[in-house]
Amino acid sequence: MIIGLYNDWVVVVLMMIGLYIVIAHGNLIKKIVGLAIFQTSVFILYISMAKVEGGSAPILAEGIKQFSNPLPHVLILTAIVVGVATTALGLALVIRINEAYGSIEEEDIQHLDNQTQDETELQATEGEQS
Amino acid sequence: MDMILNISGALCLLVGSFLCISGGVGLLRFPDFYTRMHAVGVTDTLGAGMILIGLMFYSPDFLIFSKLVIILLLTLLIGPTTSHVLAKAAMQNNLKPKLQQEDNIKETSSSNY
Amino acid sequence: MKDLFAVVMLLGIYSLLSASFFVAMDAVDVAFTEAAVGAGISTLLMLVVITITGRSEKTTRHKPLLALLVVVFTGSMLIYGTFDMPYFGIADAPIHSHVAPRYIQESMKEVGIPNIVTSVLASYRAFDTFGEVVVIFTAGIGVMALLSVGRRPEENEKTTAIDDSMHEQYLVIRIVTKMLIPFILLYALYVQFHGDFGPGGGFQAGVIFAAAIILYTMLFGLTTARKVINQSFIQFIAAAGVLLYGCVGIVSMLNGANFFDYNALASDPVAGQHLGILLIEWGVGCTVASVMIMIFFNFAERREMQQNNEKINNIEGDSL
Repeated sequence: MIIGLYNDWVVVVLMMIGLYIVIAHGNLIKKIVGLAIFQTSVFILYISMAKVEGGSAPILAEGIKQFSNPLPHVLILTAIVVGVATTALGLALVIRINEAYGSIEEEDIQHLDNQTQDETELQATEGEQS
Repeated sequence: MDMILNISGALCLLVGSFLCISGGVGLLRFPDFYTRMHAVGVTDTLGAGMILIGLMFYSPDFLIFSKLVIILLLTLLIGPTTSHVLAKAAMQNNLKPKLQQEDNIKETSSSNY
Repeated sequence: MKDLFAVVMLLGIYSLLSASFFVAMDAVDVAFTEAAVGAGISTLLMLVVITITGRSEKTTRHKPLLALLVVVFTGSMLIYGTFDMPYFGIADAPIHSHVAPRYIQESMKEVGIPNIVTSVLASYRAFDTFGEVVVIFTAGIGVMALLSVGRRPEENEKTTAIDDSMHEQYLVIRIVTKMLIPFILLYALYVQFHGDFGPGGGFQAGVIFAAAIILYTMLFGLTTARKVINQSFIQFIAAAGVLLYGCVGIVSMLNGANFFDYNALASDPVAGQHLGILLIEWGVGCTVASVMIMIFFNFAERREMQQNNEKINNIEGDSL
């Protein structure tokens, strides 16, 4: 049955929601939230792959024969903590951008950048003329 | 003895689930922030507490029983505190409770958001 | 949704839900980490940031159609790709036939620890985990380099005075927190040392430990917390954790085995494995806890600095 792939479809939907937020929203914090959703969808992909029907948590105990696959658990366990560390780094960059530009909207930042670039070009041409 | 334990456990679980459901309904149906918060408080203190007590009746050995007691104590300590802090924060941000619906619908609808 | 506060809270709820999903998928260790990290620390960090940057989004949003097109196209390609995947939950999928059977069958004999996740994390894939710890350490240093502010001691007295005057306001929550913090710390240590037998380990313990300290900092103010927890000591611990982890590998090399081959640490291979796992879990726990505390302190200091600047600006504006 093709419906047996539903876990992958859920992952794809979540991933695309995250991607859409990252692309379509100009607010930097929203972009980071989108990345977090994307990240969690990858976690769900790995963990749902590891599940074995009728298996139990991978902690050895007597009388249990069937275990879920422990390897994806290990990979995702470390990925979550690394994920929060990188998110913190991203947020730190957002704070610095906010201090430098006074805004966390992509458009405003682009606008300010263009302005300063124009000014410097203007100054450069003036310098050449004189 | 087993019979009594089973029945009282089931009763506690039933009461707990009823309280949780009524808390959920209240969260959706109540008019303003404070009453909604009351519904949530009922859910996570009394509802969860009754469910935990019900589970205690079913616990097979002492270790699980003591774990449930610790969880119960934690919920009893944290649940009311969070409700208190939430209400206080709402009060400080000038969110007035909706006391009489006729008089101040306009005021609350403006201060609610 | 324009209110970033609501966005961040929803993200926290989403993390908590995914944690309960992980429990349903048998990944108890992962669920533990996700609940502590996703719903706890990362939500908190985002809240601190939106107090600095403002909590509303600008309304303009251009070209959502193009983004939607890209997303739908990528999504349908990915869905097409899933048709080759094995179905959910079947036991003879390729992923379950490669190394997992060995971990499940041999790890009790080779490592002697019931929790397979811990033995894979700390022993079979110790090199990988070392890399992760270094990444966390690097992220902590990065945040410090971006955000750390020089301390100005003369301002401290003023802020303490403000804190004391607001004591009445936080009375209940402060007392409850004081009651809870020892238990949180004790629980973190339990998770740290019980990780061999049940769900838990250095990563989770570190995050929980950091959460206790962050709770304290939030309620008693940054200045008080700075007195309790020495910043440079925390930085030292962060580095020491990574060093401890690396040293275990070096010692096993000096004993004539491979890097992170704990069998050489003691005369009995299984005892060596136990010792090695205990030590590197300590290293992981120390690094994760202190890096999280460091990150939070830096964010909070930035916020304090910004608020002070605003206060000064306001005073100057008034006097003008």
